[in-house]
Amino acid sequence: MKIYRILIAKPGLDGHDRGAKVVAHALRDAGFEVIYTGLRQTPEQIVRTALQEDVDVIGLSILSGAHLQLSQKVIELMKKEGIENIPVFVGGIIPPDDVPQLLQMGVKRVFGPGTSLSKIVEEIKAILQQGVASAGES
Amino acid sequence: MNHKEIARLITEVENNPRLAPRILNQFPTRRSKIIGFTGSPGVGKSSLIDRVVKQIRTKDLSVAVVAIDPSSPFSMGAFLGDRIRMRQHFLDEKVFIRSMASRGALGGLSDAVFDVVKLLEAVGFDYILIETVGVGQSETEISKLADITVLILSPGFGDDVQMMKAGVMEIADIYVVNKSDLPDTDTVYGQLVAFVSLAGKDESCICKTSAHLQQGIEELVSKIEKLWKEFDKNGILEARRKERTRHHAEHILRKIVQEAINTAKIDSTNPYDFVGESLSKLCKNLPPTGQGGGT
Repeated sequence: MKIYRILIAKPGLDGHDRGAKVVAHALRDAGFEVIYTGLRQTPEQIVRTALQEDVDVIGLSILSGAHLQLSQKVIELMKKEGIENIPVFVGGIIPPDDVPQLLQMGVKRVFGPGTSLSKIVEEIKAILQQGVASAGES
Repeated sequence: MNHKEIARLITEVENNPRLAPRILNQFPTRRSKIIGFTGSPGVGKSSLIDRVVKQIRTKDLSVAVVAIDPSSPFSMGAFLGDRIRMRQHFLDEKVFIRSMASRGALGGLSDAVFDVVKLLEAVGFDYILIETVGVGQSETEISKLADITVLILSPGFGDDVQMMKAGVMEIADIYVVNKSDLPDTDTVYGQLVAFVSLAGKDESCICKTSAHLQQGIEELVSKIEKLWKEFDKNGILEARRKERTRHHAEHILRKIVQEAINTAKIDSTNPYDFVGESLSKLCKNLPPTGQGGGT
């Protein structure tokens, strides 16, 4: 059975990491290996970490309001490093009006306030299974 | 070799040890300085490694860090949080950091780390630093993997009777009292001096550091370098590496045996039936040379 590795990162300057920790904890309990890099990461640091840790999925927690800029930058850098195939999801305080734009730039899912942990875990698993099916791997 | 390729090879080796011999055989054999760091949870292993990396980088040498944290016995998931202390190196092209989960191994390491370290050595890092899980008293496997083992303690460790106990206290080549900015450092240091003298060693194998204040790091790194050179000269390094190969082989073999037992199709209350069945299966399916491993 494959064990999935996931990076939970907080880009930008907001100092609230409780949400990221709660999600990381739930993912750990769901059998993921969670690489947690904590507060105030630059997009460059996040992408280098994803690359070295060879993660299967990246979760960004953003509560600062800069989700559009930060997500865009992370996705751009992932393309530059050739790891844009890794699915990215975003969680945090995201106004519903911004969700389509995030999805458009390549974010797979957006989890706003009130999303249940079980839903987050299920959807991430579903994204990973889709990826496996489309890549034709076992 | 670029970090992306190295990262992917590590994943392959970790998830499918059967591929390890083929992957490792692509590379020429070479030597890195393999240094193990161990100690209880919260003594500052990751922070100290961060500072050690910084010190090594002043000489423009390349460093790989493998940081291991425990896997859950319930979900098999893990929270890998060592890397967070090493963020100043994330963008350094000559520093490669990889977090690993123990995946059920109980000796302070993970089964795959032996192959992973071999791989990191083969692809050309000057130093490989391994951080064990936070250990108690009996997780001593790091001494079978590293050229040099550094044990990190901190003030509040306990009295000298704790130091007399067998296990982790015995395996260190270098003892570090970290958090030396806190009170009680000298108590632990003094106890260590008394302790190592019982083993016929002197104070030179002990050092005080403060990762927080960045003190004592240069001294620690120079002790590590000096000892590595000494071990290289007096044959200890060669002996340890031979022992490491044997231990690594034992790991591989144990996996093969485990797999044979797990897949034995026997409905019996007699363990010897399992032994017989597993052995006969193993003899029938002897792996060709260099194709060891398990799932």
